[in-house]
Amino acid sequence: MGVVLALLAGWYLAALFGNWNGAADALARAGAIPDAEKIAAATMAQERPVVPAPHQVVSELWRSIVGMPLGSKRSLLTHAWVTLSATLVGFAIGSLLGIALAVAIVHLRSVEASLMPWIVASQTVPILAVAPIIIVALGAAGLTGLLPKAVIAAYLCFFPVTVGMVKGLNAPDRIQRDLMRTYSASRGQILVRLRWPAALPYLFASLKIAVAASLVGTIVAELPTGTQAGLGARLLAGSYYGQTIQIWAALFAAAALSALLVQGIGLAEAATARALGARPAGRVPRSAR
Amino acid sequence: MSRAGALALKQPPEFEQAAPRAVPAAPVIAARGLSLTYTTADGPVHALSNVDLAVAPGEFVSFIGPSGCGKTTLLRCVADLEQPTGGELTVNGVGAEAARLRRDYGFVFQAPALYPWRTIARNVALPLEIFGVPRAERRERVAHYLDLVQLSGFANKFPWQLSGGMQQRASIARALCFDPKLLLMDEPFGALDEIVRDHLNAQLLELWRKTAKTVLFVTHSIPEAVYLSTRVVVMSPRPGRIIDIVDCTALGRERPLEIRESPEFLRLGQRVREGLRAGHAYDA
Repeated sequence: MGVVLALLAGWYLAALFGNWNGAADALARAGAIPDAEKIAAATMAQERPVVPAPHQVVSELWRSIVGMPLGSKRSLLTHAWVTLSATLVGFAIGSLLGIALAVAIVHLRSVEASLMPWIVASQTVPILAVAPIIIVALGAAGLTGLLPKAVIAAYLCFFPVTVGMVKGLNAPDRIQRDLMRTYSASRGQILVRLRWPAALPYLFASLKIAVAASLVGTIVAELPTGTQAGLGARLLAGSYYGQTIQIWAALFAAAALSALLVQGIGLAEAATARALGARPAGRVPRSAR
Repeated sequence: MSRAGALALKQPPEFEQAAPRAVPAAPVIAARGLSLTYTTADGPVHALSNVDLAVAPGEFVSFIGPSGCGKTTLLRCVADLEQPTGGELTVNGVGAEAARLRRDYGFVFQAPALYPWRTIARNVALPLEIFGVPRAERRERVAHYLDLVQLSGFANKFPWQLSGGMQQRASIARALCFDPKLLLMDEPFGALDEIVRDHLNAQLLELWRKTAKTVLFVTHSIPEAVYLSTRVVVMSPRPGRIIDIVDCTALGRERPLEIRESPEFLRLGQRVREGLRAGHAYDA
């Protein structure tokens, strides 16, 4: 709570100082004699402030979420849904691709040596440069709308899943692998019964990173291409028309969405852990003897 | 029960040569000149050197020796978890790899190695699932063997809810549930305290009597080895070889825990201890 109050206080101060000159100029142009109190009040109520005050952002959020009918172009929820749907599709594609790659790497030694350098290199290319290329290329192939955004989201999110899953699938120790050898279990059986359940904690950790990366990818995909819908589009529109409050509202919506998605993965993780016998934190193990 | 098979020993001269006896028709384990040498950066390491051994069906053979004497390596060779670099080894009449593929043995490790995401019942059922045993039979076998190790009430608990001794009992049930002819145990009670260990020793002996399996058991503890076995194989450190084989059948098949104070027991323990000491004298 103290942290939140401190942040709010800092924010108001930033709004005060950031908007000061602008407010002073505006008042001077309007003919009034600027005195400190009037300027201070004006900094909190500008239409296009440099630093919107918290209450301005909150009221904009309220207006665009609750005040607009769903489905209208001005409703933040509509835009959020457009971004969310692309994010989820991209996340699904990227996660499945990441898991498939990890399974291949763990089982086929040649895959790691041949593919890994390319995979790592692909992640070092700045996404802002690649996104328009991908969108134009897919557009030429007739795929527009959600799919190109999902592809870019998948591109950003498969790598953490691959890295995490490779570690997870290799997690079982020597004794457990020896045990499987004494049963002469096939590689498929070892994958399903030993490696996969052992890798689940690593999977969920990677999925949390991946879902956040997927959201970033979707928003980035929306930015350079002038799409009409989505949070990225909203950000872009806000910056074109100088609607800083709109930009901040869109940013908050994106952050809230990201937090919700990561929490969602966390809930899935907790449910899985309960079903798979995780020890509840803080309890001393029971000893029956 | 028929008596032990032929004893071909590589012994230091001061020990008496045991009179060789006739080998029964089908020894469960037959090792001749078995050797395993690791090549390392510091030169070759002779983990096993010319080991000769024959184990008859129904025997309980313990392997005892200081760390690094090759007893675990020998067990792992029988299990085809390591490959010997010289000599011959047959398990149930076939090579070690064939025996492993035929699932002739169950292995109990030093740690329980239970899967934390499975209940005890599903952990015991793991080999049965891999072997494709139908569900109804799986359930029956799991119930039977959990009862045998006295863990019936814990079938739906997770491993973290059981103590170390109980987890090891579960792993023994898992090793037995598919009815292998041979049971290989690598210091299974090493991590447990004395009291639990005594109890588990008595239970293991009872289990052995009931199921009539052949057991190879690696241990550090002289009383444990003498108490449990029909024969104790004393080994020496690198190069790993057999110093002595002590016949413990004189203690009989019914062995209450009190037998550990009997003069016969102490005499056998003394002989094992002498063998271990002699082995150390050869240490480079």
